[in-house]
Amino acid sequence: MNTEKVVVVGNGMVGYKFCEKLLKKDSSRTFEITVIGEEPRPAYDRVHLSEYFTNPNPDHLTMAPVEWYIDNSIALHLGDPVQKIDPSKKCIYTLQGKTFAYDHLVIATGSAAFVPTIPGVEKDGIFVYRTIEDLDLIISYAKKSKIGAVIGGGLLGLEAGKALMDLGLETHVVEFAPRLMPRQLDDTGSETLQTKLESLGIKIHLNKNTSFFDGAASVTALQFADNSRLEVDMVVISAGIKPRDEVAAKAGLEIGPRGGIVVNDALQTSQQNIYAIGECALHRSMIYGLVAPGYEMAEVVADRLTGGQKSFSAFDMSTKLKLIGVDVASFGDAFGSAEGATKICFEHKEKGIYKRLNISADKKHVIGGILVGDAEQYNMLLQMVNNKMVLPEHPEDLILGARGEGKSSGGAGVMQLPDEAVVCSCESVTKGALCLAVEEGNTDIGAIKKCTKAGTGCGGCVPMVNDLIKETLKAQGKVIKNVLCEHFDYSRQELLDLVKVGGLKKYDEILNQHGKGDGCEICKPAVASILASVWNEVILKQDTIQDSNDRYLANLQKGGTYSVVPRIAGGEITPEKLIVIGEVAKKYNLYTKITGGQRIDLFGAPVHLLPDIWEELVNAGFESGHAYGKSLRTVKSCVGSTWCRFGVQDSVSFAIRVEDRYKGIRSPHKVKMGVSGCVRECAEAQAKDFGIIATEKGWNLYVCGNGGAKPQHALLFAQDIDEETCIRYIDLIMMFYIKTAEPLTRTATWLNKMEGGLDYLKQVVIQDSLGINEQLLREMQLLVDTYHCEWKEVVENPELRKRFKTFVNSTDSDAEMAFEPMREMKKPSNWTV
Amino acid sequence: MNSMTTTDILWHRVATVQDIPENGGACALIDGKQIAIYNFTRRGEWYATDNLCPHRQQMILSRGMIGDMQGEPKVACPFHKKTFSLKSGACLSGDNYEIKTYPIKVEDGLIYVGLNV
Ligand code: SRM
Ligand SMILES: Cc1cc2nc3c(=O)[nH]c(=O)nc-3n(C[C@H](O)[C@H](O)[C@H](O)COP(=O)(O)OP(=O)(O)OC[C@H]3O[C@@H](n4cnc5c(N)ncnc54)[C@H](O)[C@@H]3O)c2cc1C
Ligand code: SF4
Ligand code: FES
Repeated sequence: MNTEKVVVVGNGMVGYKFCEKLLKKDSSRTFEITVIGEEPRPAYDRVHLSEYFTNPNPDHLTMAPVEWYIDNSIALHLGDPVQKIDPSKKCIYTLQGKTFAYDHLVIATGSAAFVPTIPGVEKDGIFVYRTIEDLDLIISYAKKSKIGAVIGGGLLGLEAGKALMDLGLETHVVEFAPRLMPRQLDDTGSETLQTKLESLGIKIHLNKNTSFFDGAASVTALQFADNSRLEVDMVVISAGIKPRDEVAAKAGLEIGPRGGIVVNDALQTSQQNIYAIGECALHRSMIYGLVAPGYEMAEVVADRLTGGQKSFSAFDMSTKLKLIGVDVASFGDAFGSAEGATKICFEHKEKGIYKRLNISADKKHVIGGILVGDAEQYNMLLQMVNNKMVLPEHPEDLILGARGEGKSSGGAGVMQLPDEAVVCSCESVTKGALCLAVEEGNTDIGAIKKCTKAGTGCGGCVPMVNDLIKETLKAQGKVIKNVLCEHFDYSRQELLDLVKVGGLKKYDEILNQHGKGDGCEICKPAVASILASVWNEVILKQDTIQDSNDRYLANLQKGGTYSVVPRIAGGEITPEKLIVIGEVAKKYNLYTKITGGQRIDLFGAPVHLLPDIWEELVNAGFESGHAYGKSLRTVKSCVGSTWCRFGVQDSVSFAIRVEDRYKGIRSPHKVKMGVSGCVRECAEAQAKDFGIIATEKGWNLYVCGNGGAKPQHALLFAQDIDEETCIRYIDLIMMFYIKTAEPLTRTATWLNKMEGGLDYLKQVVIQDSLGINEQLLREMQLLVDTYHCEWKEVVENPELRKRFKTFVNSTDSDAEMAFEPMREMKKPSNWTV
Repeated sequence: MNSMTTTDILWHRVATVQDIPENGGACALIDGKQIAIYNFTRRGEWYATDNLCPHRQQMILSRGMIGDMQGEPKVACPFHKKTFSLKSGACLSGDNYEIKTYPIKVEDGLIYVGLNV
């Protein structure tokens, strides 16, 4: 069979998507695909580029790794821009001097940031925001800068502004127009957004025309046409995009008057066998600067090449701003410019909310609108516009939410969408296709993403897809709830109540009475955690239902050894105890490290030596530090008023008190706390599940923060309270958390999902709105009173001790364990695969 | 260690029933080879597999939690929770791994594992 050569110029989001789509349609492998990209790495998710600031690992953004191209026989040629296209010879030439012949050429060169010709623009410290390399430059320059400005107050400019702020700069956004996001927002929308952004610390300058960049080699100030000036250390220009049409232009392809490669509805350029897709293409005088229309273009060309007849038509430009910490969305005819259109507006200045709906002249349909401050209804409203759905009797409900008893807002509406409604516009997945996938048994978002690809692009449709899953299952008569796993049709909270009411203490008993099958690695630890939270018995009574670390009361390491972390409450330790740790480590040849939690970790203990090691530690007055448990870990403290010249309260003493109170208590996930002696916050308490910060009058209590993969600051729960009140509040919140959170949910996520959020939690705890406080306090006191050191239980119980063995039939140690020297200690040999 | 022969399988006596925790596992060393033994009390069944998890080549499966997936008995590796059928050794969590399973029997409270000769 004859193969045809398809060459793709540009390996960006759209170029990649084109390859993916063509492979899928080209089942007989008629095409031989070559991809040429200018950037040094394979296509990555530019839409989520800003996430690079928090996770500077480019792999995390990669659309598909290099192996994907190899596996699919795509010749990938990176780091080498195409310099010339010769349509008559059907060849392209690269900068490095390579030549590739094509039968079909697909140009997907995207766009570059548009840089206005302002004098001084070439100075150091002026950047654009488009590629990973741009971000690397920005990050490194920001280290020596204090003040940053973004030129451009549009979608991207605001995203860049947020990034500068996150890099710790005093941040200014400079916009030429009289309002922010001028293409998406009206005046009130812009004002609301501006107030919000200013409260986040971003300074906004409207109506500012930059006349030159001041400074010698590097920029030091922006000079505006109105003679005002802004001192800056660095500038990010985000003033729009410029299609990368230079190579196409040289090849004689038709280019629009203001740039862009002209294409017809089949996305052909003025040369029939040359296509242009994505941000470089000019379709009916329009450049689409969004990824969804680009993907649709990729679909059309892949379809045409494989014999289809699809064509590209005008595409919806609705958008939702992400990342900035303020909801902003604009959809359909945002300004209500259609003939006879009327509007409904809602504005709540104090809360920073503005919503606008534009209604058609016949009052039957929503035609567009704007949401600032709360864009929860965005997906649904967009669907109403796109599907011309008829307005409900009280259209204001759409932006105000259904009010009054028994009315539900949110979820249910999705089922009224027609089957053809496109829910995921990046991957063009319709409601019908999604419902079908759910009916076929893909009942969670992960499965749906895998089989339909919905939600894998910009991710904006995920909430709606979740609603669809829920509602489809409901429509099938399936009761939707959070169940533990295939063995228990109960949520953690329900099971906890059943365990408690039934007085159940054994996993098998619980499985017999309330579950089915033989259990698994999901429900066993979840039930173990429930049992520990309710009865607080020795967990090793049922060792085989404990998770990896809990089973051996130590953390499992590479190579199969364990680490030992004794409790060092509040980080305070005597020299004598330090010496004991050192001696134990030396005797058992353990690697020692100071942890991020203010204590010392001893690594590399084989399972059969754990009880001996614990015995020595216990005899010296140590206890288990529960580093292995979903339980209280550490209460980090700063030195506080005893020594510190700024301290206003004794944070170490309070931290030790708190740690002693809650140590060993099992919970849905681990719990960390911190106590700082003054506002300087050296204990990083606001990054903890419970953070306590000293004030002149007492303590401020912060709740539900965490570090980890998705850091979130704790929220202020109560101010200037005394120690007793503080403990009482922690008792209540922690017990409420233990009883109601899903398995493996940190307090931050628990609060994020709680309806009513912090205000609700305050009502429960401070006003006792549920009338359960007395019970919660009693339950917490039981856990405090039944504390035991788990290591000591093993050390003193020969039956339990016997279980710490490497082999049942031999006293040999594990010959497969391998170590290598590292500095003056050792480390396990690396995974071999 | 006692051994008995049936056809081409060599049975090795490795432990007593009490040595293996209920609904859990333990590791036996047979001729220098690590074999995981599981006492699936709930089903009244015994299983034996490699102790080596093929994912990161860790000698650990005997310390994994056991259970079932739609009736198929399985063990979950403590490291990254890949799960394997105790019957066939197939990976049940969607990867292309496999572990070996071995014949196992209990007579008079003693456990025997069969290895090919
Ligand atoms: C030892 C230590 C690193 C160090 O050498 O400093 C550590 C080691 C581990 N961390 Fe951590 N974390 C350690 C401090 C932290 C911190 C810093 C802190 O506590 O101040 C954080 C971020 C703060 C937070 O949790 O909010 C942290 C966030 C995590 C997370 C992410 C949690 C999240 O909610 O996103 C995990 C994963 C998890 O728990 O599921 C994790 C899981 C782990 C585990 C337990 C993985 C595991 O299950 O085996 C690591 C065990 C290593 C080992 O073999 O012992 N570790 N871990 C630190 C022990 C502190 C201690 O004394 O107990
Ligand atoms: C920070 C940021 C945030 C964004 N947020 C959103 C969002 O929220 N929603 C949304 O819909 N869109 C967003 N976008 C826009 C979206 O990223 C683009 O629409 C999309 O990347 C366009 O894809 P493309 O393939 O056409 O262009 P690109 O992704 O730019 O890819 C083009 C590729 O071609 C290469 N190239 C150019 N010329 C040549 C040549 N001569 N030879 C070889 N290779 C060449 C370029 O180096 C580039 O790698 C955002 C963009 C940025 C920068
Ligand atoms: S950050 Fe990752 S690698 Fe480091 S200790 Fe924590 S879990 Fe292990
Ligand atoms: S080593 Fe077993 S799952 Fe990774």
